[in-house]
Amino acid sequence: MALDWQIFLEDDGSGRTYLEWILDAWRWTLSVAGSAWVVAMCVGALMGVLRTLPHSPWLVRLSNAWVELFRNVPLLVQIFLWYFVLPRMFPAMQQVSGFALVVMGLGFFTSARIAEQVRAGIQALPRGQRDAAMAMGFSTWQTYRYVLLPMALRIVWPPLTSESMNLLKNSSVAFAVSVAELTMYAMQVQEETSRGVEVYLAVTALYAVSALGIYALMSWAERRMRVPGFMATGGPGGGH
Amino acid sequence: MGNLDLSFVDLELLRKFVLNGFLFSVQLTVVSTVGGILVGTLLALMRLSGNRILAWPAVTYVNVMRSIPLVMVILWFFLLIPFLIGRSIGAELSAFITFIAFQAAFFSEIMRAGIQSISRGQVFAGQALGMTYAQNMRLVILPQAVRNMLPVLLTQTIVLFQDTSLVYAIGAYDLLKGFVTAGKIYGRPEEAYLLAAVVYFLICFGLSALVRRLQARIAIIR
Repeated sequence: MALDWQIFLEDDGSGRTYLEWILDAWRWTLSVAGSAWVVAMCVGALMGVLRTLPHSPWLVRLSNAWVELFRNVPLLVQIFLWYFVLPRMFPAMQQVSGFALVVMGLGFFTSARIAEQVRAGIQALPRGQRDAAMAMGFSTWQTYRYVLLPMALRIVWPPLTSESMNLLKNSSVAFAVSVAELTMYAMQVQEETSRGVEVYLAVTALYAVSALGIYALMSWAERRMRVPGFMATGGPGGGH
Repeated sequence: MGNLDLSFVDLELLRKFVLNGFLFSVQLTVVSTVGGILVGTLLALMRLSGNRILAWPAVTYVNVMRSIPLVMVILWFFLLIPFLIGRSIGAELSAFITFIAFQAAFFSEIMRAGIQSISRGQVFAGQALGMTYAQNMRLVILPQAVRNMLPVLLTQTIVLFQDTSLVYAIGAYDLLKGFVTAGKIYGRPEEAYLLAAVVYFLICFGLSALVRRLQARIAIIR
């Protein structure tokens, strides 16, 4: 079978080429994933912290319920809920753009997974860290801000990296509510041109490039944040 | 919340539209779990064989599968299978093949971790007893690996059950599609989405609770 890449130079009927269109679609994918990442990290870190609070059983329950709720419904169904059902139930939400709704859906879905990682990271720290902070007279806020979170977030950074790459892949379900991102592009252009292989190859390549980009960015951040001589070392001379 | 009306839902609707979809989703989950574990174990053994010609294809396959969005994998298979075998197959059959192939990549990573969690001494002990590679794997290593990894395998299966809803992309008739169809026919799409969410939640939440109990029971105390 001969691949025909000329297809990308053809006009799609509205004055732009399929190449320009796919670049637009790529931008959509990146903006959906990027915005959802911000939502997911903020909400996920917050919920992860709430799950480890020592003396607030109700907040712990709330955050546990949050994680269970968003983990046990398929992402596609959640996207439908955000896009169709919530605006029906709360008419005020009809003003919100479809893009924002998908970002919330994807972001909250991912936040449950990030909360789980953050909780694990905080609980992986030796108990002495929390006790030491309390002995120093830190408030709960200060304990988390200055003692627990700085180390916990560094510990969970590698799993957060793979969650970020998952988030990018998951952004593909936005096709179902007609966000003009890469998967939507793949389905539509496949239909229009019948050059499915070329179109899918291009889209798959762009997903792979984006995933690599996220990986590079997260690894760079990991190196920047590394506490000198803390992780990865621990040879002789580490004692007193 | 006032403008949702769930009064159209009755057993008749569930039986007519939802039941078939539900059965398909369950079948798809079970078949691709079993198939995925078999193929995935094979991939893991290839990767751990220490033989480059065997390991390289396995590594490449797993990495490629894991770096593509599942929706794109579903679309790819739906496009390529008819092209390769020269005739079209339905969305349902295509979904079975896709999910076995996709799950194999994930299960192979789980099985690899499971096999590597068994101490080397076990392998040597098997060899010292004169077992062949196949006997050693089948009788000594894999049973322990599966046992160690059972909670992870089951959790992954619950994730898989949720992921089967993505066959929406090729129009296969699964649990979600059952609700969507019913919603369309009764003119109540929003209510149908909400119901679908509740049903998925109850199933997945119930299964995860079971997995947690199982995990507590089978944990090997060392």
